[in-house]
Amino acid sequence: MHELSVAQSIIEIAEASASTQNCSSIQTIKIRLGEFTTIVPEALEFAFEVARRETLAENARLEIESIPMVTRCALCGTVNDPVREIRLLCPHCGLPLEIVSGEELQVEYIEVESESEGTEWIA
Amino acid sequence: MDRIEVKTNILKDNQQAAAQNCQLFEREGTVVINLMSAPGAGKTTLLEATLRNLRSENRVAVIEGDLQTDLDAERIRALGVRSHQITTGTVCHLDARMIARALAEFPVQGLELLIIENVGNLICPASYNLGEDFRVVIASATEGAEKPKKYPVMFNKADLVLLNKADLAALSGVDLAELEKNVREVNPNAKVVTLSCKTGEGLDAWLNWLRDAIASRKMASMNA
Repeated sequence: MHELSVAQSIIEIAEASASTQNCSSIQTIKIRLGEFTTIVPEALEFAFEVARRETLAENARLEIESIPMVTRCALCGTVNDPVREIRLLCPHCGLPLEIVSGEELQVEYIEVESESEGTEWIA
Repeated sequence: MDRIEVKTNILKDNQQAAAQNCQLFEREGTVVINLMSAPGAGKTTLLEATLRNLRSENRVAVIEGDLQTDLDAERIRALGVRSHQITTGTVCHLDARMIARALAEFPVQGLELLIIENVGNLICPASYNLGEDFRVVIASATEGAEKPKKYPVMFNKADLVLLNKADLAALSGVDLAELEKNVREVNPNAKVVTLSCKTGEGLDAWLNWLRDAIASRKMASMNA
């Protein structure tokens, strides 16, 4: 269940960003998650529910953009989107394929409620 | 509501710790292998066979990763080789910070080769760089020919794939050529060695690969 430690890392990164801007709470955490990683979105969502407790992201929504795996042959330029079976040899020329996308593991942005917004409303 | 751009790798802390480990290993001139496989593929048995041959030639040590027990570290110590056990509790992989903590009490000074035996698991160890020079993944014949297709990320990240328990392939109804083809499909660049710790087949090829890695590191540090 490594998704729990991944969820904790996501929240630590988000909290670090939020604290530089004096934010009281995080509303959204947007991540980019490649299909050719070892992280399963459903498991990550579940782990996130647990990991966000008692953090600035307590009420945050985790938005996962799933990035498909795309491969390309350096020689003939054939681009593939392997769905069911990963095959990193070009079906035309037999050369190793390069992975164009699918390995992303990134916190893209966060959406926050700033401290000042809250106090302005009270005032 | 404000949007703050973050654009940070989720595993950044691990990447940083791995880079620090890597710097330390380079400074000491130590070649580091991250040895990974499913549970029961023969990692520790392969290590025993490896160390019986290399312990007289090279200064070598082993870090063992398991959820529980120090049985594997004991097996290595029984051969007269330094070893350190990391027990992860429930964590299913080693990460770079665990290695950094281990190195504080298990120094690598003067070592030519450090082999880190990861937790038996073909999934998340693939995502956690430890600062190693090479990733070696074992697929044993008894696991069937399809493992590389089912766990493509792990096999894709390997520098060397060892097809272990070759002596049991026929008994297990597994075609080693098919297993090798499946490795190549997810990792066309990996070197593949078929071996059996029982018969000794392929053991020299593996040992020579390690010797070459150690020699290259020595050459590099002499030129530096």
